Amino acid sequence: MIAFVIRRLLQGVVVMLVVGFIAFSLFNFVGDPVALMLPPEATQADRQAMRESLGLDRPFMVQFATFVGHAVQGNFGISLRLGRPVSALLAERLPATLELAIVAAALALLVGIPMGVYTGLKRNAWFSRFLLTASLIGVSLPTFLIGIFLILIFAVWLGWLPSFGRGDTVMVGPWSTGLLTASGLKALILPSITLGLFQLTLIMRLVRAEMLEVLRTDYIKFARARGLTNRAIHFGHALRNTLVPVITITGLQLGAIIAFAIITETVFQWPGMGLLFIQAVQFADIPVMAAYLCLIGFIFVVINLAVDLLYYFVDPRLRIDRAQAGGH
Amino acid sequence: MNVHPVLRALALAAAFALALPAGAKTLRWSSQGDILTMDPHAQNEGLNNAISDLVYEPLVTRGRDMAIEPCLATAWQAAGPKAMRFTLRQGVRFHDGTPFTADDAVFSIQRALAPTSNFSPYLEGVIGARKVDNRTIEIVTSGPNPVLLSQLTEVRMMSRAWSVKHGVQKPQDFKNKEETFAARNANGTGPYVLKTREADVKTVFAANPSWWGKNEGNVDEVVYRPIKQDGTRLAALLSGEVDFVLDPPPQDIARLKKDPKVQVVEGNENRTVFFGFDQWRDELLYSSVKGKNPFRDRRVREAFQLAVDVQALRTQVMRGLSIPTAVMFAPQVDGYDKSLDVPVKADRAKARKLLADAGYPKGFEVTLDCPNNRYINDEKLCQAVAAMLAQVDVTVRLNAMPRALYFPKIQKYDTSFYMLGWGVPTFDSLYALQSLLHTVGAGGDGNFNLGKYSNPKVDAAIDALKTETDPARRHALAHEALKLHQADVGHLPLHHQVIPWAMRAGMKVVHRADNRLVARWVQMP
Repeated sequence: MIAFVIRRLLQGVVVMLVVGFIAFSLFNFVGDPVALMLPPEATQADRQAMRESLGLDRPFMVQFATFVGHAVQGNFGISLRLGRPVSALLAERLPATLELAIVAAALALLVGIPMGVYTGLKRNAWFSRFLLTASLIGVSLPTFLIGIFLILIFAVWLGWLPSFGRGDTVMVGPWSTGLLTASGLKALILPSITLGLFQLTLIMRLVRAEMLEVLRTDYIKFARARGLTNRAIHFGHALRNTLVPVITITGLQLGAIIAFAIITETVFQWPGMGLLFIQAVQFADIPVMAAYLCLIGFIFVVINLAVDLLYYFVDPRLRIDRAQAGGH
Repeated sequence: MNVHPVLRALALAAAFALALPAGAKTLRWSSQGDILTMDPHAQNEGLNNAISDLVYEPLVTRGRDMAIEPCLATAWQAAGPKAMRFTLRQGVRFHDGTPFTADDAVFSIQRALAPTSNFSPYLEGVIGARKVDNRTIEIVTSGPNPVLLSQLTEVRMMSRAWSVKHGVQKPQDFKNKEETFAARNANGTGPYVLKTREADVKTVFAANPSWWGKNEGNVDEVVYRPIKQDGTRLAALLSGEVDFVLDPPPQDIARLKKDPKVQVVEGNENRTVFFGFDQWRDELLYSSVKGKNPFRDRRVREAFQLAVDVQALRTQVMRGLSIPTAVMFAPQVDGYDKSLDVPVKADRAKARKLLADAGYPKGFEVTLDCPNNRYINDEKLCQAVAAMLAQVDVTVRLNAMPRALYFPKIQKYDTSFYMLGWGVPTFDSLYALQSLLHTVGAGGDGNFNLGKYSNPKVDAAIDALKTETDPARRHALAHEALKLHQADVGHLPLHHQVIPWAMRAGMKVVHRADNRLVARWVQMP
């Protein structure tokens, strides 16, 4: 058991190193931050001095090693664009991204599951067919287009909801939240729909497929034979058994939601980490880009690790397999 | 404080409601990026300077017509060939209540001269400043400096005591791994006071009730919120969430003009877009021609000029939002000469003949480097020019890239044929002539002459311009340099940019040639 966890942790470290390395190598191609930091009139000597002071003149591997050394201590350096410590910037932006991601995930679950149950139970109803067709749109339309459509309809034409930003926020300790103000809640609606729509349709289709599968099983037939109400059968027995894969998928998708918030955040000028990242890319702000990619990599590693450990506890077969296979 | 967050939010909302008296006007505006810092000497960038102007003031400033006007200095006169004496305005106070003194002015000029300052170009030729008495300072220059006043419009005044107290005697420095206090706090003398600043989200300014000047507009509060996406930014304008957009995308201008809730104000920007040629290598880097450099032949450069139809670029690519030109700087710049600014008429037959005479009857192949996020429609202009050159059998391979990659590349002279747009913040021809036409040399000489154009006679005229103070002589020198350069076809000028601003209907603004929104001149409906 401990060996398994340690092995998983080591794999996580390797993944993180690879993510860091790839991120760092990519940055050699995004441009020269010095060109943007100095005025066009600066001389070559000025540029060279700036390059040296930033350590950009050192060999690549030395730069990378320094970066890893500092990153382990949570020090990602200072943003070249904003002149502030990257860790402080990310900490400032994290609440916005997490609130958006969690609301989007909650929306996907709370709407996706009932829709999945409905379409699973009433397979031939016209509304089911409508939902299934509509869900294709959700899967196939790119996020930014959905965002722009929502802005056009609800902000420009109807004027009900704000087209950008986070509304007013309140500080709860170090956490800035938009959940406690009316304008903050209003501002959450369009971005969370945009971000959660894909996951919503995914969950709906997953629940539907699982429901159809479960409804065919013997224990459901037996439950019907016992004369239980439809309600008890559908929700007490069928739905409960469909939820295990749904929760797994949702857990894994949470990482994707946080990572793909980049597009939604850009469309809605949502002041989260994704927007910070996009702006960093345009400015060739290497420390911010590196820290962001490592953080996202870290979130994925942690979620995967948690899911693996859960499987280990939930599924006894896994434990037996591992014991017999001698830890391959 | 352990106040319940909801209560705190309510209290905050109530405070805001009370703070805004009836009739108070808020100007909410947006453009695609945020400013980088509030430090007035750390980032010489258009938007950053516009926002600095709300809070900080220079000794002299520009009026609605771009003429130099007194600001924190009320009078000035030369004190010998190497100094200029400034009388400071009395009774001016910083936002923290302390008076503005000669010590502050001297300190600010020294600060802008610091190695970490981004504003050294505006102090070219300035050695330092010294206090004469409590209301007089002297700025010491290395020689006669005819453009000193223009330069000083961008050198803003800070409080010495405040800077010392917060340890910001030097402009923000990226070597120093800490954020400086002045980056997110400000203490100027200007018409607006910085209230709150959340980088990339929102920066709020309130009118300064004890400002020495007269606010000619009716804006009590300025809120700047960057919105990166073009579509979202316009949606915010159309839905009334922002009042003003500095940079509406050109392709949407026609649609915006039809919307009754929105108006578009167009103004000529002080920026000229042109192409440059590698004129120094013996063999072009990125071309089919081997062993020689076609651009060193004047006939080839002229053929290129004749092949490019600048009027068609105006109508087809810029949708009317440009002023075709034959010179290297805009009409607002001192030294501009209408008689030289006659755009060349496209003449394909003549272009072909010139190419044939030069030894390229079947044309040749060359690579055009082009930015894709710097100037209005930059990449589209390059595509159109490539198509025009194809008609005289010159095959242009287009290499378009973002500015972060583009500028380092061309600044290393790693190019055969490139696009550049040059603005003149000093509004004096020397700035453009010295950077673009002078042979590459020390100081600012030819620092953006990336094709290394060189003509000793042009150099002589520019060198004379550096110290000439008589306006008529200056004009003659600028005319001479431009005329020689034009005869050489040293560059291929396209147009002066026209900048549209989009705003709520009924707003009155002054569209300045430096693309700067001045809040104290804005009348909200």
